[in-house]
Amino acid sequence: MATVVSVSDGGIIVGKPKWRPLENEGNLALLLLLPTVALLLMFIAYPFVRGILLAVTNSKVGVIGDFVGFENFARLLKDPIFHAVVYNTFLYTFVTTVFKLILGLWLALLLNRDFKFKAFTRAFILLPFIVPTVLACFAWKWMFDPTFSVINWMLFKLGIVAAGAGVNWLGDGDMAMLSIMIVNIWRGVPFFAISLMAGLQTISPDLGEAAAIDGAKPLQRFWYITWPLLMPVTMVVVLFSVIQTFSDFQIVYVMTGGGPANATHLFATYAYQLGIGTGLLSQGAAVSLAMFPLLFAIVIFQLMYIRRVETR
Amino acid sequence: MIEGAIWRRWVFFRLPMAIFLIFLLFPFYWMIITTFRPDGELYIPWYRANYKPFWTWNPTTAHLKYLFGETTFAIWMWNTTFIAVVATAISLFCGVLAGYALSRLNFRGAALLGTTIFVTYLVPQTLLFIPLSEIIRAYSLGDTPWSLILSYPTFLIPFCTWLMMGYFKSVPKELEECARIDGATRWQAMLYIIIPVAVPGILSAMIFAFTLSWNEFIYALVFLSSPEQKTVPVGVISELVRGDVFFWGPLMAGALFGSIPVAIAYSFFVEQYVSGVTGSVKG
Amino acid sequence: MSNVTIRHVHKHYADFHAVKGISLEIKDKEFVVLVGPSGCGKTTTLRMVAGLETITEGDIMIGNKIVNELPPMDRDIAMVFQNYALYPHMTIYDNMAFGLKMRKFDKAEIAKRVNNAADILDIKEHLSRKPRMLSGGQRQRVALGRAIVRNPKVFLFDEPLSNLDAKLRVQMRVELKKLHQRLATTSIYVTHDQVEAMTLGDRVVVMKDGLIQQVGEPLELYNNPANKYVAGFIGSPAMNFAETVIEQVGNAVYATNPTMKIRVPEQIAARMGPHKGKPATLGIRPEDLHMATGADPEELSFDAVVEVAEQLGSEIILDLKAGGGAMVASVEPTVKVKPQQKIRLGINPRGLRFFDAATEAAI
Repeated sequence: MATVVSVSDGGIIVGKPKWRPLENEGNLALLLLLPTVALLLMFIAYPFVRGILLAVTNSKVGVIGDFVGFENFARLLKDPIFHAVVYNTFLYTFVTTVFKLILGLWLALLLNRDFKFKAFTRAFILLPFIVPTVLACFAWKWMFDPTFSVINWMLFKLGIVAAGAGVNWLGDGDMAMLSIMIVNIWRGVPFFAISLMAGLQTISPDLGEAAAIDGAKPLQRFWYITWPLLMPVTMVVVLFSVIQTFSDFQIVYVMTGGGPANATHLFATYAYQLGIGTGLLSQGAAVSLAMFPLLFAIVIFQLMYIRRVETR
Repeated sequence: MIEGAIWRRWVFFRLPMAIFLIFLLFPFYWMIITTFRPDGELYIPWYRANYKPFWTWNPTTAHLKYLFGETTFAIWMWNTTFIAVVATAISLFCGVLAGYALSRLNFRGAALLGTTIFVTYLVPQTLLFIPLSEIIRAYSLGDTPWSLILSYPTFLIPFCTWLMMGYFKSVPKELEECARIDGATRWQAMLYIIIPVAVPGILSAMIFAFTLSWNEFIYALVFLSSPEQKTVPVGVISELVRGDVFFWGPLMAGALFGSIPVAIAYSFFVEQYVSGVTGSVKG
Repeated sequence: MSNVTIRHVHKHYADFHAVKGISLEIKDKEFVVLVGPSGCGKTTTLRMVAGLETITEGDIMIGNKIVNELPPMDRDIAMVFQNYALYPHMTIYDNMAFGLKMRKFDKAEIAKRVNNAADILDIKEHLSRKPRMLSGGQRQRVALGRAIVRNPKVFLFDEPLSNLDAKLRVQMRVELKKLHQRLATTSIYVTHDQVEAMTLGDRVVVMKDGLIQQVGEPLELYNNPANKYVAGFIGSPAMNFAETVIEQVGNAVYATNPTMKIRVPEQIAARMGPHKGKPATLGIRPEDLHMATGADPEELSFDAVVEVAEQLGSEIILDLKAGGGAMVASVEPTVKVKPQQKIRLGINPRGLRFFDAATEAAI
């Protein structure tokens, strides 16, 4: 049999389990988690420590630097481009998140109805989110081209702009910021819409009907029933999106490269320009790490929120 | 669903839906039409009377020929596929096992470890790319596919783990208990019962991980330098843009063909992908 | 020999004492039902026998072997779960064969046993289907089949019928009984339904708050409940209780309260010595009440007001106000009463029970 037995008094046998270390939950968990923990330690924890070490030295590519304390951060505080970066990043994150939420919610409400080709429509709507961002950005860049812009042609045909006086989408600082915001919103709306739609589907239609019988008008039904019940999903989606947008790189890198005249630099693109472009690794690492406090605050907030929702 | 007059249906549903669809899909239409439009038609300023944006009567394959003949686009496609497949496989392997351990086993530190993995899931690539590039160089992995195959799991594993934890939690505990009473060890119960039952969850993690690694940009941009090592997004940007000169025809062809594999993978698994999107926010 | 012995078993969770030292001897081939409200520790006890929960204190023996340390796979038991726990990705055949495959039976033997079990349970035509294509009752049979193919020492059942609708539940109950008569495998069955417990069990164990209240054959529990809890739990509709005080009047002993004065039958009165002058709970089952006639002495009847009369055809269930509280009586179907009508109910003296008001133990 499967057991080794020892006979004690009175003919009673004490069953002794075979030696199977993986039947112990702790041991099995250790084994299962080993590859994950090893990879994450090597490629997340270690780089994080290295990043901090880089940020407090004056290393350049190929040159191991000396310890300089907080000099890199002190320099950033005096750097006008960094000031612009902070302003740009907050503005970019705030404006796009607001629009993504409004448009995404609207689209989710539209998608939540029954109509022909619903599955088909839903599948197509996610395309901006799944296609490689860099490649999609090239399509936008081509649509924003100063000379050949199809968007300007549309505005021209609608009589909004005159021939030869089109919108200088990527050449003007403010318009460039607007352009990258449009692209970010374009890419983010599908994610908001699909996630919020999933949230909407968990809300029983009975509630809306009960409220309708109680005399609530559509807007009231949305405000008093749908919106509060959707709140947990909305919070998570917004926080995810804020993290992604705050640390965005690809859209700006392709559309404007941070220009014109640093008008659209974000943390990530500025860090890239300093650290990889000019080889000032330490300063680049310092710019990247400057994102950390806010990201950390968002993560803590999110964890607390999830815990609150779960224990409710 | 929408009560009342036809005009209401138009104002509150059809019109907004149409505008959303145009806004979201027009760039793809523009990609496709540009790919097949001859240069002579492409470069007409927008205010000229002969600017005909929406159709071409002279489709050409010149841009495609340029893309596949004059650039190493085919090699980039292969590189991207290879990297995405291997990174996805590694991440799924780790993520499924870790997700199982964190959601179904009781051990000390489970909650803490779960939270830690959730936090790493939220770490953006742009936070760590500079020190990571140093480390990749120190491991002599620079300019090889392995630099990406080993670094992509850092954001894929937390994602897969998180998604799988959610999925495993939805599988009744009794299945495992029944298997163990039936004579399976914990390991066998996981392998023969719980993992096969979780296949839909694994599929959505897989398709998500694949598109994430196919789309990754900044690590590929920083870690790879020679043209024949590049992935599609990086290759297109560095080889089809020369200084200020954009080769719009081949660029759009590259964008189109670089999007096709993810679009195909996506079209086969739309449902899984959508449940991945929703699963990733529900956790 | 596959008797099961539970000796002084405790189960502590982090902040909850779920099982508080229970002992139970289950004989070979016996069908024992653990019954009680949710949270009474019955399922925890079953899971400790299965090896799915560790035993904090005490011993569990299967046959003459202490199994405390053994994983479930080495205990030679089979378990049927409330939600059936069928493996959704396997066919019915593979579901039933899984345990045998894990134990390295050869293919021919597996096929023989699975087909045999499928015959017994009448699920042969479903063998190549997946669980989700089956109805609830069929899934239940598969879960049973999976248990019986292994021919284990002990069957464990964790509320196996509670996911079925009422009609199917009755039907499966009968089949379970037949199956046990045919296979004669030692069985431990957990349920919160006292009817299931009474109909299925050779013996029934009533549990509450982690403790065994009483162990006995179904009729013994019905006729001689050890305490007020068991008295109220076993039987449907439940036993009526009225708070009374025990008084000696002349030669007779009475249980009285403002609306009742009931004479305590001789054989119980003999045990009333220490309770005289003290409160005691009077218990009487609805089926031991009837419409009083001239033949009923006054000291074995009391007044009641009808609130609702439920006509069931074979009997009428009267919901009453009586004895200082609510009572239920089961009376002849020919009785005609209206709501708010005052009636007088007679007591069958053999149905009278008394319980110590403080300890709730039977007197």
